[in-house]
Amino acid sequence: MMGEHSSKQYDLDLEAIRSKVLLMGGMVETQFLDAMTCFRIGNLERAERVMRDDDAVNQLELQLDDACSHLIVRRQPAANDLRTIMATIKVITDLERIGDEATKIARTAKALHSRGAVTVNHYEMVRGIANATSDMLHDALDCFARNDGAQALQLIAQDAIIDHEFRSIMRNLITFMMEDPRTISAALDTMWVAKAIERIGDHAKNIAEYVIYVVEGRDIRHSRPAATDAEPSNE
Amino acid sequence: MSQENSKRKIIEISGLNFFYGKTRSLHNVNLDIHEKQVTAFIGPSGCGKSTLLRTLNRMYDLYPGQRAEGQIMYRGRNILESNQDLNMLRAKVGMVFQKPTPFPMSIYDNIAFGVRLYEDLSKGEMDERVEWALKKAALWTEVKDKLNKSGLSLSGGQQQRLCIARGVAVKPDVLLLDEPTSALDPISTSKVEELISELKQDYTIAIVTHNMQQAARCSDYTAYMYLGELVEFGETDQIFMNPARKETQDYITGRFG
Repeated sequence: MMGEHSSKQYDLDLEAIRSKVLLMGGMVETQFLDAMTCFRIGNLERAERVMRDDDAVNQLELQLDDACSHLIVRRQPAANDLRTIMATIKVITDLERIGDEATKIARTAKALHSRGAVTVNHYEMVRGIANATSDMLHDALDCFARNDGAQALQLIAQDAIIDHEFRSIMRNLITFMMEDPRTISAALDTMWVAKAIERIGDHAKNIAEYVIYVVEGRDIRHSRPAATDAEPSNE
Repeated sequence: MSQENSKRKIIEISGLNFFYGKTRSLHNVNLDIHEKQVTAFIGPSGCGKSTLLRTLNRMYDLYPGQRAEGQIMYRGRNILESNQDLNMLRAKVGMVFQKPTPFPMSIYDNIAFGVRLYEDLSKGEMDERVEWALKKAALWTEVKDKLNKSGLSLSGGQQQRLCIARGVAVKPDVLLLDEPTSALDPISTSKVEELISELKQDYTIAIVTHNMQQAARCSDYTAYMYLGELVEFGETDQIFMNPARKETQDYITGRFG
């Protein structure tokens, strides 16, 4: 992808950071999948595991932040190297938050299932959004790994679908709650889970935006969707 | 590069070629230097950046067999023409070299020497000019009590600032700095860099440096040169954050060779 630095150690340092970010990405992906599984079938052991994994994810965030500061002070990265490091610092923040959201889902699942009063078809309600978000997170990590700006642009557009889906879940749940107040408690839990999933989608979108910044050097955050429709540069 | 046109150009280089005897060391260089801005030239050794700097006040004329072709427009005329008054040119386009080059004379005379070549000042006026130049070069407080001491008695960093004061004393338009800090310690270096940002209020500065962080810190525009060609020229922030050319990116990120 990129030529090598004259300094081998520089390449090794960057590579070490990169592979650790991907490791962290893999961990939060697993956390999310585990959390969804326990939301579906009420596997409490998995819920515990998601929460335990969160500590490891937090530790990785600290280590990576530290590694990035060290690289900046030792190497004074420029151009694409600088953009990569800046993006990495932000990516790990988003990954850590994804871990938090997954933990939230696991905790809610645990509460929901231990109460035993499941009166709405809670999992079916969020299955679509969960799958879409899971794919989006996977793809976001994939295009970060491959520095694929074109794929990142496509992903950013997908977030709107997830947001739309979230709103329709809300309307649905409100209908349930109005029809039968006994569903309120479970419906609220399901809504928290849907919200957490929707937030994970936002974090995945952020990661895709950082990829654009790394590849093209333009910061498209907070810009109108029209700006993201533009064709990616040939680089 | 659309913003470039909004600022005034003081030097416009076009189609510049340079020859050391038969060896061509600059290839069709086109570049504008903006008034009261700092322009940095970076690139590996032998890329022609010092050569380019030396054409701007025709320093190369001192050496036989060296010649430049093309156009360097400065104040409405091509300074490469043979009828250019070189003394006037060098008074207006001053130069400071890599190694400090104080004259073996007093600190005062180091400054006054150049001024006397171009102007006939009274003792009082000359005193004022020396003080002014030393203040400009941020050296006055360090040397004001020993103006009669030899310039060679100063530290390396002070000597370099003395040379900058000498360059400033004749009130030039443009100051050319050829690796002005490569022989200095970090503190003297930061003093010279501080000085560069002070001086750009009044002067146009072109600096050649091997230290990329230095270019990033103190220049407004950066030119990357390689093998006698200008590879990329643009605003310093753009060059260091998001260079347009891969060659530039490879060089500034240390992926070179």
